[in-house]
Amino acid sequence: MTGSPPDISASKAARHALVALCAILHREALRFLGQRGRLVAALVRPLVWLIVFASGFRAALGLSITPPYQTYITYEIYIVPGLVGMILLFNGMQSSLSLVYDREMGSMRLLLTAPLPRWWLLFCKLVAGSLISVLQAYAFLAVAAAWGVRFTWWGYLGALPAIFAAALMLGALGLLLSSLIRQLENFAGVMNFVIFPMFFLSSALYPLWKMAEASMLLRDVCVANPFTHAVELIRFALHGQANWLAGAVTLGALAVFGGGAIWGYDPARGLAARKA
Amino acid sequence: MAGLVAEGLTHDWGSRRALDNVGFRVEPGRFCALLGPNGAGKSTLFGLLTRLFTPRAGRIVIAGHDLACEPRAALARIGVVFQQSTLDLDLTVRRNLLYFAALHGLSGREAGMRITAALERLGMAERAHERAAALNGGHRRRMEIARALIHRPSVLLLDEPTVGLDAASRRAITDHVHALARDDGLTVLWATHLVDEVRADDRLAILHRGRVLADGEAGEIGGADLTARFLALTDGAQA
Repeated sequence: MTGSPPDISASKAARHALVALCAILHREALRFLGQRGRLVAALVRPLVWLIVFASGFRAALGLSITPPYQTYITYEIYIVPGLVGMILLFNGMQSSLSLVYDREMGSMRLLLTAPLPRWWLLFCKLVAGSLISVLQAYAFLAVAAAWGVRFTWWGYLGALPAIFAAALMLGALGLLLSSLIRQLENFAGVMNFVIFPMFFLSSALYPLWKMAEASMLLRDVCVANPFTHAVELIRFALHGQANWLAGAVTLGALAVFGGGAIWGYDPARGLAARKA
Repeated sequence: MAGLVAEGLTHDWGSRRALDNVGFRVEPGRFCALLGPNGAGKSTLFGLLTRLFTPRAGRIVIAGHDLACEPRAALARIGVVFQQSTLDLDLTVRRNLLYFAALHGLSGREAGMRITAALERLGMAERAHERAAALNGGHRRRMEIARALIHRPSVLLLDEPTVGLDAASRRAITDHVHALARDDGLTVLWATHLVDEVRADDRLAILHRGRVLADGEAGEIGGADLTARFLALTDGAQA
């Protein structure tokens, strides 16, 4: 939005923006706490992969020593960052679903008619959804630790910005998709064409060198997938290391998806202007 | 000037023209009924007035602020009640109001005082901590109107606010909003397809197929029988 009313000072405007941010965060937290099944559902999915899938594949997959690992590791250790990424991916898409639902139910209108820049309102929604994602990711890491897959305390601490950055990137993708999806019914397509390809064509389940053994093309697709870089960012951070390339790609994808979402919700240019 | 001005509004949905050179003016403190059958373009017009999307052509001025040039100032001066309920049914009545107040920059004691006053005016103070889902349709609508006034706007926009309500609730809400215009000086734009919600001393704009067919005092446009006049205008336009 351009122009600001002459009777509203910059500090008042900043206070207004912060008050709105807190309200949106609070509302998302209340909604999350009100849907107790959501946390359980978010945990069950990766735990099934960790306990069933990883146990089965442990014998079948040999993992060589590649960074960030300095010794041989079990498949459970390998897969946990990918499963953290899975939580963030599903939650990002769930936020997208809830935005489409909000739009159909009308509460999105309430948000978008608030006298604040639209990009700020979208940013507030993105941050709120991402914080919920981070909470779910750490709940999973706690259960994984109880299962015996543990990292150092500085690994858990260092992973926080990595997980948050990945959550923002995937949340921004959800925001962009929500501006493109016209109806709730079309959400099944998102599952088929976004979540599954993003997850399976990444380093979440297999290292890239393993993928290259099967097909160089597949490996190249995985390298081009921003989700791969989000997972690698988390993987390195959990082992106390920084992966600058993964960080740059994740933040770059955040900028692209976020910019696309702002365009998609722009009242003059975006798809909102073409919807009845 | 204060009040609401729409000039030359034109909007298309794809190849279909939804609004064609729509213009009207509502003076401060007036109740203006925007009367039109289903599909007339009322909701598109509300989308434009609330800046959910912007018009292909035309200009909107709210309380002296051009919506295109000063969107935040203009949006800060309108209260909106959408056709579809925008309450979060899982949250309590008070939480719903607090959320809205915060979106308009109100928090702490000031927000609390305004919300308490709004609920007392509605006689709903004792229901503040109930979930919005527990309210009946009429109470939800009244609460949405009260919510739309928390930030003290000068223009109130209501898009078919009585849809789905029983006759008594419809009457009560229509009376309530007329009183807001008369007693509090609020500029009101009330979209409806129900002729019986329009009073002879209201300002009236008849919208049909995206065009304003009549604009003026309801008594003058409708004469003795507004229903007959409305049907004649809209049937005539259809023929």
